[in-house]
Formats: sequence, structure tokens, C-alpha cells
Amino acid sequence: MTFTPTLSKDVLELSSRRSYIELNARDRARQLLDDGTFHELLGPFDRVESPWLPIQGIVPQADDGCVVAKGKIDGQPAVVIAMEGKFQGGSIGEVCGMKMAEAFRLARQDNEKGIPTRAVLSLESGGVRLQEANMGELVIAEIYAEMVALRKYTPLIVVITGPTGCFGGMSLAAGLATYVVMTRQARLSMNGPEVIEQEAGKAEFEASNKPFVWSVNGGAQRYATGFADVLVEDDAVAITAAVRDLFRKGQPAQLRTDQYELFIKRLSSLDTSKQWTGEDIRNAWKENAQ
Amino acid sequence: MSDLVTSRGRKWFEALSGKDGRVAGNPASLMVSPGTLGGENVVYVGIAPDPKSRFPRAGHTEVGVEEGWYGTRNLRAVIEADKNGPKRPIITIIDSKSQAYGRREELVGIHLAAAAIIAAYADARAAGHPVIALIVGRCVSGSFLALAGQANRMIAFDDPEVLVHAMYKDAAARITRRSVAELDKLGEEIIPMAYDIGSFAKLGGLYALLKVATPDLPNDVTTAQVKKVLVEAINDARRSPRTLDVRLESDAAKVLRKASLKVRRMMAEQWAAA
Repeated sequence: MTFTPTLSKDVLELSSRRSYIELNARDRARQLLDDGTFHELLGPFDRVESPWLPIQGIVPQADDGCVVAKGKIDGQPAVVIAMEGKFQGGSIGEVCGMKMAEAFRLARQDNEKGIPTRAVLSLESGGVRLQEANMGELVIAEIYAEMVALRKYTPLIVVITGPTGCFGGMSLAAGLATYVVMTRQARLSMNGPEVIEQEAGKAEFEASNKPFVWSVNGGAQRYATGFADVLVEDDAVAITAAVRDLFRKGQPAQLRTDQYELFIKRLSSLDTSKQWTGEDIRNAWKENAQ
Repeated sequence: MSDLVTSRGRKWFEALSGKDGRVAGNPASLMVSPGTLGGENVVYVGIAPDPKSRFPRAGHTEVGVEEGWYGTRNLRAVIEADKNGPKRPIITIIDSKSQAYGRREELVGIHLAAAAIIAAYADARAAGHPVIALIVGRCVSGSFLALAGQANRMIAFDDPEVLVHAMYKDAAARITRRSVAELDKLGEEIIPMAYDIGSFAKLGGLYALLKVATPDLPNDVTTAQVKKVLVEAINDARRSPRTLDVRLESDAAKVLRKASLKVRRMMAEQWAAA
């Protein structure tokens, strides 16, 4: 006797889907690049590790939690940088930060030489690495400088899927991106929930209340309020397609960081004497869409 | 000026620019004023306390959403005004506690407001404006990234009240599960973790570490001293590429940023070979 399962369409779709969230940084970079084009730079065998962690009794990682790979996207030269959330929370230290800054710099130089080169940054990051504190701050400033220089030539796409999310210094990097792709599981926020609660109290921000936290900084809210351009399912193929489609779309009419008139108008319209919900801001943005 | 709450940043802004920096249409926390320095036109900007801030989690010199977006508009106006002429130096006088920590801030996207002012500073630098950060007090975390990070030249007062860091000591101790005493000890061995400005200077980011006799109260002598260094920094910036490379190419960086330099060299080699 044979058993023939009757699975609903939804279940079949789910079972055929490959999670992006579950991929490590290296596999994420490989996934985003065209098949067979992945070429890692400063890979684990080069063993360029953090010089600051071992002297604090912390085991370093051979790639410092950052994978840089050159390859192609949609047939065009590209570089993908993927942060590994499982190593030190995706925190930015000297080595991983410099890998990122240099990748953007080299991509920009290729663009200047007439080799159009695209860039994708797959982020999982709690922000600056506190064990490398001020070194991290300096390097993050250099990352921003290169992002602002590079995005004049090509869309610079940030992908945030979770589980770690994107906080601190790297949330500003997401702000500098030409386009942002998020999943519902992802979070994008300058200050971590625990830090806000610590600084301002539970009434301001209840860090343990997950539905509340996601209603502020989750992918669905960020997409609905225009801080993300695409909201995708946790599906490696769908995320890859979203990135490809954004590159096909090309440069936007206006970068998000140039929308100061819009944001000043929006801020002026808000009643700041009360606390807001995510829904309040969705509605307020609709009234001041342009 | 009498109704304005004072701060180290405000005092130095007023001493250097001769103005209070208030501009109709700006939040009271923002100071911006044209001025002259070393025979040329410059623009001074800065953040001051504003106890009446519309955003209750800002107003104590934090970089909040208004400071980010209005500050961006101010910088973009300078870039636009100088588009076809001499690029005025932009001098940011920094005594800023941190970014603002609040629910309202996160909901309206403080990460983007901060990114916007960073992009404006970076674009100003790339357009040829000498961008100078004068750190007279606190310059912590988001304040560093938003206000100082993109400067061609950073100058800091050599003074215990001056603080450049990723996080205040008490918060860093909580998060890293260490005592404040342990953090102090770590800072002695691990320069990037130290809290004193002298240690920060060793990382190669500063153009000058400036001993000023009256850091809390500028007078004619100390104001002239600071102006002289600002002029030198502006001239030095004009002679150099419009990038941040001066930091990594400094003598200090050759000692403490060996790993950065190694990454730069190896990445370039492997990129070319790939």
C-alpha cells in the first residue's frame, strides 16, 4: 500500500522554499551572486583576524565575521558583502569594517574606470564592536564615506533579513543605501530595544514585548513607512530576484537621504507631545506622502 | 541670547562666529551662521541644548531626528549656494551627548535622519568644502558618526571633558558585563577602548589635539588660538584629496591600524587578481 500525501499549495510552496535567514554569510553571498561567479576576497584562509579580540580572551574568526565576494549579478560585475550575525553579533570591528570599506572603494574605482560594478550589503549587525570601540567608529565613518561615493555610480542595495537585524552604526549604512530589502523577520533600528529601555525606561520602550518591538522596527512597518523598498518572504530565490530587479530598475529619482523637505514636513505635522504607534506613523506618512 | 541655555558647544560657537546661530525655521537646538576666518568666508554649525525641544528625548545636545533633517537642509543649502563658486569651509563645533534614544525617534527613522546628515557632510567634502570638526566636548556614538566622522580634518580639545567613544562607560560596562574599573584597566592595554582623548588621537583620526587654557570659557587669547588651528586645518584640507585617507595614512595609524592597512593592501591585490 502506498501513501499519497495530499498537501495544500501553501505547504508545498513552503517545503520547496530555501530559507535565506538560515544561510551563513558565505552562503548568502554565494546565493546573491550569479551561479558559479562567487570569488571570495580575504577569505578565511588568509586569516586576517581581529588583532583586538585575542588580547581580551575572545576567540577571533578567520574572516572576522565578514564575507566579501566578487562576482556577477544578472551578468554584471558585482561585489557582495555579507555580515555574519553569529560572530560577535555581526559587530563592526577594524578588520571586518575595513573589508567592507575597501570593497566599496574598489567597486567605486572600477566604476570610475568604466567597469560598472554593483554592490550589495547583506547586514546582520548589532552595531559597533564594543571591544574595538573607537577603532570601529573610525572604520564605520570610512564605510559611510565609501558608500556615499559609490552610490553615485550604481544602486547600492542593503538586504536585511534577520535573525539579528540591523542596529547602531549599520542602521545608518542602511540609511545610506540606494535601496533596502527586508523580510518581516528583520528589524532596522538605530538604537537597540534594550538600550532605549535602559536609557529611557519601559514606558518609552518595552524591549521584552516582541510584537511592540516589531511594530516599531520590523520589516513590515519599515516597508509600510517607506524605509524599505521591498518586503520579501524568507526565500533565498525571491531575495535574489528582488536584488536583481532593483538593479534593473537603476538609480532612483531621489535618494532617500535627499528627502529632507519631505521629512521636515512630516516631522512638523506630528504631535510630539504624545507617544505614537506604528500605525500612527503609517497614517501620518500617508497624509504627507510627498 | 539671554534665553538660550548655554553649553560648551554654544560658548565656542558664539566665540568663534560672533553669532548665536539661531535661524528662523530651524529648531532651537541647531546653530548655523556664516562667518569669516583667516580672511575667507566660512560656515559655522553646531548643536546646542534646547530644553523646549518638540522631541522630549532630544534637547540636551543629542542628535535627534530634527537635528538630522534640518541639519541636512542647512548643509545642502551651503553646498547649493557655493555650487559655482568658492567652497566655504564648514566648521562643526561639537559638544553633543549622543544620538536621541526614544520610541518616537525610531518610529520616524532616526537612522535615516542621521544617514542624511552624514551624506550631506560627505557630499560637501567631495564637492571641495573643507569640512572641519572641532570637538570641544562630548562626541559620543551617533554624535561622532553624524557630526565628525566625515570631516576632512578633526580637531579635539585636549581636555578631560572631551569624550569620543562608541558608548558611555557605565552603559558599556553593563553591556559587556564588566565593571567600570575593569573597563578602565582594559583601556590602558587596548587603546581603542580607552576613554581619554589622548588615546583616541593615537588611532590617527585627529589632525590636532589642542591644549586650550580655558576650554569652558573661551576668551580672546584662546579663541585666537583655536582660530589659528582652524585656518591651518582648512589650508591642509585644501591641499589634500577630498577623502578620509589622511587618517589611515597618518603616522599614528601606521602603529595602531596595521590591520586596517593590511586589509587595504590585500583587498586591492585580490580584487585586481579576481
